[in-house]
Amino acid sequence: MNTKNIMIVGVGGQGSLLASKLLGRLLLTKGYDIKVSEVHGMSQRGGSVVTYVRFGDKVYSPVIDKGEADYIVSFELLEAARWTEYLRPEGKLVTNIQQINPMPVIIGAAEYPADLAAKMQSAGIQVDAFDALTLAEQAGSSKAVNIVLMGHLSRNFDFTLDEWMDAIEKSVPAKFLELNKKAFMLGREA
Amino acid sequence: MKTLMLGNEAVARGLYEAGCSFVSSYPGTPSTEITEAIARYKEVYAEWAPNEKVAMEAAFGASLAGKRSFCGMKHVGLNVAADPLFTISYTGVNAGMVIGVADDAGMHSSQNEQDSRHYARAAKIPMLEPADSAEAIAFAKLAYEMSEQFDTPVLLKMCTRVSHSQSVVEPGERVECVKEYVKNPSKYIMMPGNAKKRHPVVEERTKALVEWAETAEINRVEDGKDHSRGIITSSTAYQYVKEVCGDKYPVMKLGLIWPLPEKKIRDFAASVDEVVIVEELDSFIEAHCRDLGITVKGKEIFPCIDEFSQNLVAEKLGEVAPCAGCRVGDAIPARPPVMCAGCPHRGLFYTLAKNKITVLGDIGCYTLGAVAPLAAVDSVICMGASVSGAHGFTKALEGKADGKTVAVIGDSTFMHSGITGLVNVAYNESNATIIIVDNSITGMTGHQQNPTTGMNLKGDPCTKIDLETLCRAVGIRRVRVVDPYDLKQTEDAIKEELAAPEASVIISRRPCALLKYVKHNKPVKVDADKCRSCKMCMKIGCPAISMKDGKAMIDNTLCTGCGVCTQLCHFDALKEAE
Repeated sequence: MNTKNIMIVGVGGQGSLLASKLLGRLLLTKGYDIKVSEVHGMSQRGGSVVTYVRFGDKVYSPVIDKGEADYIVSFELLEAARWTEYLRPEGKLVTNIQQINPMPVIIGAAEYPADLAAKMQSAGIQVDAFDALTLAEQAGSSKAVNIVLMGHLSRNFDFTLDEWMDAIEKSVPAKFLELNKKAFMLGREA
Repeated sequence: MKTLMLGNEAVARGLYEAGCSFVSSYPGTPSTEITEAIARYKEVYAEWAPNEKVAMEAAFGASLAGKRSFCGMKHVGLNVAADPLFTISYTGVNAGMVIGVADDAGMHSSQNEQDSRHYARAAKIPMLEPADSAEAIAFAKLAYEMSEQFDTPVLLKMCTRVSHSQSVVEPGERVECVKEYVKNPSKYIMMPGNAKKRHPVVEERTKALVEWAETAEINRVEDGKDHSRGIITSSTAYQYVKEVCGDKYPVMKLGLIWPLPEKKIRDFAASVDEVVIVEELDSFIEAHCRDLGITVKGKEIFPCIDEFSQNLVAEKLGEVAPCAGCRVGDAIPARPPVMCAGCPHRGLFYTLAKNKITVLGDIGCYTLGAVAPLAAVDSVICMGASVSGAHGFTKALEGKADGKTVAVIGDSTFMHSGITGLVNVAYNESNATIIIVDNSITGMTGHQQNPTTGMNLKGDPCTKIDLETLCRAVGIRRVRVVDPYDLKQTEDAIKEELAAPEASVIISRRPCALLKYVKHNKPVKVDADKCRSCKMCMKIGCPAISMKDGKAMIDNTLCTGCGVCTQLCHFDALKEAE
């Protein structure tokens, strides 16, 4: 199988590391070669962060380059727009519609572009935008956006629901398991 | 059983399996998780040292005592530890000793982009360079074998993309390994008479290592179909080459990056029409090939700046790279890292900026005091440089800088190398004002304990170094503590200490808002009717505050209720919740 590429992008502190952990656990049980590349350190302080997940028969590079991503999963709209060059022509963007102002916007040095989802669509990008934050709150915590997004992404893959649930069980603490399972299902059915 | 492991966790696993039983490190991105991971193995003693020099010397002591030891650090940390490095090369080891160093090409979280491979050659210490997590385990184990076989410390060189990538590994079992300590003054006392005898031993050792490198399996050739070109590479650059070229060209993948083989490289060069060296940062393999008189292409094609990627390698090798995807037309604003909502450093930097004070900054989360809108910092060089720099700045201007210049340094960084600068301030009597921002943790690298926190790496309570007592003992008479959430108290203290005719230390003390034990207040409330859109509250660069329809708005999911913004509002529009 050719290498599949998934990018998880967002704002430092939004929980992208748990999303990539979940994907890693799932893919491992399927016997793939896998590389997951994360960002630690300074960017985690509210900066733009990206995690690369690659799987296939044999994966060499730990990162995904421009024009290579099969999926970009974004926690935030501006971050989705920042990385679209990384999508393959037939790639798909799955994004939360939440907007978080970066510091240049907060202090008035830049503007948050309007109607980004529509603009990305008219630029020819396959955009699947939805309100993951509200669903996470419905599940019981705004912090579950990461699992809601994974639930929504899961619709694009042939892995069974049991396989996903098994990976969730291995990735989250027991006391948050029910919350996360609910968040996953809300995302999957959205 | 196969599992996914982060490169740094894999190094820790390799150390563990090799019977390593003593670890001393200082945290630094991207190296930190090696030591955090090995601390979870109960068979291994692991500690955070105050700095990398101390860590390396402690690891040497443990090796001398007969235990396999390790110290880990980031690339700039190796500069701090360079002094022992060059001399333990001469003494060699008793039990095996491995030094982990992680470079940061692309400067994801660093102040420079130095290439640690030069240290291996300069200190004449072999350096292994894994390219993924499986190699990280294997090379960590091999490093101990080499260390004891060749009587040398061994450098294990990581980089951001190997350290912070997970890949598939198959963990093995631990093997215990202990040696006797035998007194041997001519080997371990490096005074001139002994060192003169040890230096030739080091040169002979390097020759033996070159011989080893000629046949070592970790320096392997992967054949390719097209011999018009051969590629020599290592680490992540190898991964990019294979990603792009597959088995098109023969590839020599080097696992031992110093010393490099000679015959093996000559034979490889003779088997292909042209040799291309693909290596990140400096010309290192390339320089070696040129020394051997082999014509190669390297830095004339590839940059010595930033990290590589598969598309860059494809472009430089003339291979096909995928076309970039679509972009939206609008400019996408940057999203630089910022101080978190509730960060105790914010009130301090606001006060310094407001009073137009020259700030010699340092390395840590508080480096972000340099970012707009606070923009409160004038220089940042390396760990500890704020204190020594403020001393020099104040002395050089012979009184003209008095009352206008401070150093700002974190608790962990102060213990790392600020304290020696403070000794200089006291001893040479400058009128410097030193502010220690004590957030009770090592923040930027992800919450590591340090000598001032009262907890050790294993999470047990331990001796807590008292900063006030320490500064007074050094000879600073004026030492005071402020709460940076209280802007008036902070400003008064800064003004008074700047006016004082002698050196002083202000400890700005508040635990990091991200610490689990820190209780947050309810979010600040906005009274929109009272808000006059003056944007005073925007001057502190808090990510929880923004303007919407001309009125201040608080993001309740981010706001910790620290109350700093409420002290700035002249119109009573921002209020702390009851």
